Amino acid sequence: MFAFVVRRAAYGFLTLLGVLLLLFALFFLYASPHEMARRAVGEKAPPEVLEQWIANHGYDKPKLWNPEHPLDTLLVDHFRRTLSFDFGRSDADGTPITQRLREGMGPSLALAIPSFVLGLLFSVALGLFVAYFRETYIDRMGVVLCVLTMSISTLLYIIGGQFLLGKLLRWFPISGFDASPSVIVRFLMLPLLVSLADGVGGSVRFYRTVFIEEGSRDYVRTARAKGCGDLRVMTHHVLRNALIPILTRVVVAIPFLFTGSLLLESFFGIPGLGSMTVDAIHGNDFATLRAMVFIGSLLFIGAQIATDVSYTLVDPRVRLE
Amino acid sequence: MSDPVLVVRDLVTSFPSARGRAAAVDGVSFELAEGEVLALVGESGCGKSVTALSLLRLVPKPGRIESGSIRIAGREVLSLPVSELRRVRGKEAAMIFQEPMTSLSPVVTVGAQVVEALRLHEAIGAAQARRRTTQLFDQVGIPDAESRFDSYPHQLSGGLKQRVMIAMALALRPRLLIADEPTTALDVTIQAQILELMRDLQRELGTAILLITHDLGVVNELADRIAVMYAGRLVEEGTREQVLGDARHPYTRGLLRAVPSLGRRGERLAEIAGVVPTPQERPIGCRFSTRCPVALPRCPTDPPGDTPVAPGHVVRCHVVAQELAR
Amino acid sequence: MEAHVVSNLVVALLLAGAAALAIGVRRNDLWRASAVELARRRPIALGVVGVYLAVALLDSVSWVGGGDAGAGGNALDLHRPRSLIDRAFPLDLDEKSYSAPLASVEFYGGAPLDHPGRHLLGTDILGRDVLHLTLEGTRVALLVGGFTSLIVIPLALLVGVSAGYFGRRIDDVAFFVMSTLASIPNLLLLIALIMAMGRGAVQVCVAMGVTSWVGFCRIVRGETLKLRELDYVQAARALGVSEPRLIWRHILPNLMHLVVITFVLLFSGLVLFEAILSYLGIGIDGSWGQMIDQARDELARDPIIWWNLAAASSALFALILAVNFVGDAVRDVLDPRTLRERQ
Repeated sequence: MFAFVVRRAAYGFLTLLGVLLLLFALFFLYASPHEMARRAVGEKAPPEVLEQWIANHGYDKPKLWNPEHPLDTLLVDHFRRTLSFDFGRSDADGTPITQRLREGMGPSLALAIPSFVLGLLFSVALGLFVAYFRETYIDRMGVVLCVLTMSISTLLYIIGGQFLLGKLLRWFPISGFDASPSVIVRFLMLPLLVSLADGVGGSVRFYRTVFIEEGSRDYVRTARAKGCGDLRVMTHHVLRNALIPILTRVVVAIPFLFTGSLLLESFFGIPGLGSMTVDAIHGNDFATLRAMVFIGSLLFIGAQIATDVSYTLVDPRVRLE
Repeated sequence: MSDPVLVVRDLVTSFPSARGRAAAVDGVSFELAEGEVLALVGESGCGKSVTALSLLRLVPKPGRIESGSIRIAGREVLSLPVSELRRVRGKEAAMIFQEPMTSLSPVVTVGAQVVEALRLHEAIGAAQARRRTTQLFDQVGIPDAESRFDSYPHQLSGGLKQRVMIAMALALRPRLLIADEPTTALDVTIQAQILELMRDLQRELGTAILLITHDLGVVNELADRIAVMYAGRLVEEGTREQVLGDARHPYTRGLLRAVPSLGRRGERLAEIAGVVPTPQERPIGCRFSTRCPVALPRCPTDPPGDTPVAPGHVVRCHVVAQELAR
Repeated sequence: MEAHVVSNLVVALLLAGAAALAIGVRRNDLWRASAVELARRRPIALGVVGVYLAVALLDSVSWVGGGDAGAGGNALDLHRPRSLIDRAFPLDLDEKSYSAPLASVEFYGGAPLDHPGRHLLGTDILGRDVLHLTLEGTRVALLVGGFTSLIVIPLALLVGVSAGYFGRRIDDVAFFVMSTLASIPNLLLLIALIMAMGRGAVQVCVAMGVTSWVGFCRIVRGETLKLRELDYVQAARALGVSEPRLIWRHILPNLMHLVVITFVLLFSGLVLFEAILSYLGIGIDGSWGQMIDQARDELARDPIIWWNLAAASSALFALILAVNFVGDAVRDVLDPRTLRERQ
């Protein structure tokens, strides 16, 4: 088991290096520091200003190979610094990125974790419910509802939610964020509800399929023949066996907790990592963006390793490898 | 003579087909006495598995039991509320299935699955349940019962899995065991072992067994009585000696002739000409008439009634009835 | 070559390709039966998709010249390429600013409009006719979905089949590349690509293509692995059939049902994705997503302006819903189990 984790971690690290390489290729080779300077300072800026910008940001080195000091290149810098979590300063306003990352994590998690947990519980329960009534009126209605809700763009959920619940009914503030414990829930409720509404369609459909497939298996028939009631069949047999596909879907969604829902955070004015990323887009802030992609990938790879490990816990057939 | 453990009268179970609903089980009636082994025999698709599933109302949707009566230990199964039905399942009547590979939950140990069966019907503690399970494993011939308790299904061979299924089915000493092709998916050598096990247990516990099978060899090993099914209906019923030794119905005779035997080497394998009719193609009268070598003109249009040939030996065939009338 | 000439050529090619496809499907019994079955199951959804396709095609055929600038129009506009859809609207149709659907006065201030009652869906902040904008958005949406899929599917097929069939080194490399791309959360990768490549329509499509091909590629690779081990493929190899021929005649045709399913399902995801990109400012000009983005603030006004948002959202929703319904039906119809039965 330990060997397994080590192997997976090693491959994950290799993949991470691949990601760094891709980032380098994109942001230093394809879009050169000159490009970046021009976009940051302005198309019509005189060359000296551009050079100054490049020097300020430490981009005034050879990219791949430096004849004088072989390792003093942008490439090595990029790898070395990113892997040591030294993300430097923002290209847009010069603030240290690592500090902003730390500041942004709190609000992102405050929204992401409840939305993840509630979304999961809600979707699984609904999926079980609809799967139990398979082939009946309830099931068919459920599937149609799922397809309908899946076809609505996230943007519309946000705009609709803001309009209906914020402006019309005035239940919640339209946007904004206040971390003080007494008020924080009010600001989070709306984005939370919107995120639930947005995700429920696809998830319920997925879980329904999984539960129906498991429910039609032979061992369920055996359980019934033993005298198991429907509830027990669903919870002890179907759910337990459905955990594997469910886990896959769930664990892979975890990194998004951090990178935050870009849309939700920026629409609702929540100062998390997601809105940081959106600001980076608008401000042509390549440095921050590189940092976000790296963090996102790191988390994603970590989550995948976690999924593989969790499979062994959940499925005895995988355990003895 | 005590009441029969199982009484089935005019059972009809249907499935949706291209044109309306087709009856997979079309008016089947039979009885099973206490401690008796009845083999329900027929080729694939004749409806014998559906009959077995109907007994405990396990027919998968969109199938449906249309009409009839099923009495297990005196209780009418078809009108039981679900809570009562759950109490019958596993305790009064238990069932084992054809595919041991997929019939056990892969994520639960085999011991725990048997314990589940026990604790569904009896209020016993975990430790005691474990002891009883290990005893059962011993009884069904699972070596190393104590450590096998914690094994997962994928760690066991097909034969061992089937033994677990038998242990689970007999854990609560049901009066009726429904065995749906229990040995079909197993290797021939394992088949023999399982059959022997079933025979020993049957004698020991006095359980009545409804054995569903297409394999006449299996029938010979275990059955006291045999019922032959074709295209949803029973065509012949009698004791083992009567049906195997003195088969009257043309279909039964065809089946027996088709079994290759060492004594007839060099001969061409006998077969029954034609194929089983689809529900749409079934004649109104005798369903075998389309393939019957001795069919009379009235056979396709006139459903044959019960013709007793000997005490306990009943055949449904106009040809046989006609012969007896002479 | 100018943009509109390219687009005309592309449309011609697409139509030719579609005709060829239709002929091919008619000849092949299996595919014809599947197509008939699909039409039987989802006539309405298919009809809706067909209407959208027609509008998009009409909007893609454009040329310069002809027409009349009209009383309030700008004669320079006559030198811009205008599509068949464009020509259905008079050149000088623009008002000064907002007006409600079928209104005869401006929304703010009440001044009389130049074309009272002619704007079925009202006008936007710049006075442009919302119906016209919505129809133009159709072309963008289908461009996004179709063009990107055209990038994704051949790429995924190429890499997936090579990896699955030839295995070992090629597979390892392909697998590594796929893992790397798959480790980056989609939206982040997309943003990174667009920021590096620039914000044109083609770049956006390419970026979306790069983000979307891995999933399908994995499926193709898995299927190819299975197909390679099938008896009749082994037999063909033993008989000495050359590898390219093997792949072309035995492996690829058996992947086609996956291609169709993936194409339809990918399509709606891509169009929805583009809407999000528009909000972030990196979408394609003229898309419904952009309309929605611009209309965001309009709901906050008092009295609210709803027609812009409603038009774009409804158009988007109807297309996605129809495609989703068709996609589900396609998946059922092309399910290998039912395919075998139909044979």
